[in-house]
Amino acid sequence: MALLDVNDLRVRFETHHGTLRAVDGVSFTLDEGETLGLVGESGSGKSVTNLGIMGLVPSPPGVVEAGHVLLEGRDLVQMSEEQLRGVRGNDVAMIFQDPMTSLNPLLTVERQLTEVLELHRNMTRAEARRAAAKGLDEVGIPEPERRLDQYPHELSGGMRQRVMIAMGLLCEPKLLLADEPTTALDVTIQAQILELMKDLQERRGTAIVLVTHDLGVVAGMADRVHVMYAGRLVETGPIGPLFKEPRHPYTRGLLKSVPRLTGDPDRALDSIQGQPPDLANLPAGCAFAPRCGFVTPSCEIDRPALIQAPDAGDTSNSRRSACFETKNLPPVATDDHAQQGTTR
Amino acid sequence: MSEPLLQARNLCKHFPVGKKGWRGNQQEWLKAVDGVSFDLHAGQTLGLVGESGCGKSTCARTIVGLYPPTSGQVLFEGQDLGSLNASGWAPYRRRIQMIFQDPFASLDPRQTVGSILTEPMAIHNLGKPRERRLRSMQLLEAVGLNPRHLYRYPHEFSGGQRQRIGIARALALEPEVIICDEPVSALDVSIQAQVINLLEELQERFNLAYLFIAHDLAVVRHICQRVAVMYLGRVVEVADRDALFSNPSHPYTRSLMSAVPNVDPELERTRQRIVLSGDVPSPLDPPTGCTFHPRCPERDQVPGDRCQREVPALLPYAEADSGGSRQRSCHLEA
Repeated sequence: MALLDVNDLRVRFETHHGTLRAVDGVSFTLDEGETLGLVGESGSGKSVTNLGIMGLVPSPPGVVEAGHVLLEGRDLVQMSEEQLRGVRGNDVAMIFQDPMTSLNPLLTVERQLTEVLELHRNMTRAEARRAAAKGLDEVGIPEPERRLDQYPHELSGGMRQRVMIAMGLLCEPKLLLADEPTTALDVTIQAQILELMKDLQERRGTAIVLVTHDLGVVAGMADRVHVMYAGRLVETGPIGPLFKEPRHPYTRGLLKSVPRLTGDPDRALDSIQGQPPDLANLPAGCAFAPRCGFVTPSCEIDRPALIQAPDAGDTSNSRRSACFETKNLPPVATDDHAQQGTTR
Repeated sequence: MSEPLLQARNLCKHFPVGKKGWRGNQQEWLKAVDGVSFDLHAGQTLGLVGESGCGKSTCARTIVGLYPPTSGQVLFEGQDLGSLNASGWAPYRRRIQMIFQDPFASLDPRQTVGSILTEPMAIHNLGKPRERRLRSMQLLEAVGLNPRHLYRYPHEFSGGQRQRIGIARALALEPEVIICDEPVSALDVSIQAQVINLLEELQERFNLAYLFIAHDLAVVRHICQRVAVMYLGRVVEVADRDALFSNPSHPYTRSLMSAVPNVDPELERTRQRIVLSGDVPSPLDPPTGCTFHPRCPERDQVPGDRCQREVPALLPYAEADSGGSRQRSCHLEA
């Protein structure tokens, strides 16, 4: 059985602009020790997916409807708030993007770390402090005892993110939901934090859902990738084949737009034309159709479902794409633009 | 090569912060920019890269006169801008414009797009109102927006479109230099590529010089001809783009490049990576000698404690193919 089984997760927000379907039928499973990369641009619903899993969507205006979200067979959607509190921080932990706003500025590092331990593990204050110091040490914070008595504003950005990670891992969760964990950090600090996450995952077998817009971060971390656009999964598959031979025009466009450190720098970047979709006013057919270079008349009428899109000779059937034209996309090797994108 | 359009000469910007000493009479200084020099030629793009807190934005603001420099000079066609009073500045403001990072904070939410674009022209007494309106429509067209959107407000546009409005505003006075302070880092990658291409197209069309400030090395590589790398208020390496990216010579540049994730999963998982230890030190209390020495992975290769004691000067760094235009500040043997 999979550790996490999300089936048909839907999150909508009732606003005065109308109903926004931020997450519109997302399904996936995740095994122990696996890393799933959830990528997409702002507004694609990747963060809300994470919040939906944890039952943290603010309501109102948010409404969560789901087939089920099973964590080791227990349905998180059906749980009461009290039962959920027993899961959050204990079985599932979250790391947020901005450590400045997600740590409480009025509490010492010690208090923020020991809270989960006293709540979930019934530790005494002294035991919890020892465990917290050990946690800080594990994430590579020097002088953990001194740091425990400090407040968040006394720490640097990289340090705060380490504290967040230490906090998330204190109760040894089976599942870590990391929402843009390194986006607010400089690249040299990002490299440190990513190494740390990989290392901790290897030692403890934690499963990670990594939400990010940075395709480079996903390339280094994830086993499988789910690409989201306008609240839906448009392409899923193992990282290697998906990045090498994307089967959805959006994924292709996204990979081609990334500026790279190799290849011809004087060639103009390939961009995706047009603007990101307005969730309150989505087109009737495929949400990507207005920006797509492979659009056909049927794309503007029906929404393509996420169906199998196997590579030649691949029998695992692990790749899926939501595009009517998947079969007709030219292979990346002959698609002039895409080739530039991958050889760069 | 011709005379540079814009020059920074040993530019310093120090901010007073609190007092120290037992009588509280010793002024403490934050040295945000500490001796930065560079040349920017007409029609060229110079990249200024570094991590947060390295002083690249302060540098930009000092150049456009938003901060008076503590010492050093900013020369525009040989004229020292720091010595000018407000009215002396006016003609130069037309020629140096700025694009900001945050497309949400840099546009007045209560002004229409038309008013945002015509305001600079009105301040500089350019044209009659009708001509200004016509010109702002041309500007919108130049940045790829619909000229009919003149009467809309900033909130009606997406982030990428707003950044285009910011660019149109910078173009309104037909400047020769545009200081771009992280112009694409707030944008999604598909939109980022659009805006980078637009900036390149406009540069060619209007012969603009850009001082392009960014933390993303891959973006800088695409848009700049020359790149200066900053660390804690100083330039540690400056070189032509291809020389810098094919063979970075300062240990900090090397580790910065190695920290950029690669989009190819195979490469990303197999390549050697230099992971720096520790954080960027506080500019309030910078390390002695070379400010990079506590994190430097190559410090052992310099004999003695020279890195701890002696600030390395930014000196020409000879290399067979560099033509002498390359500089770095490091005690390592070349």
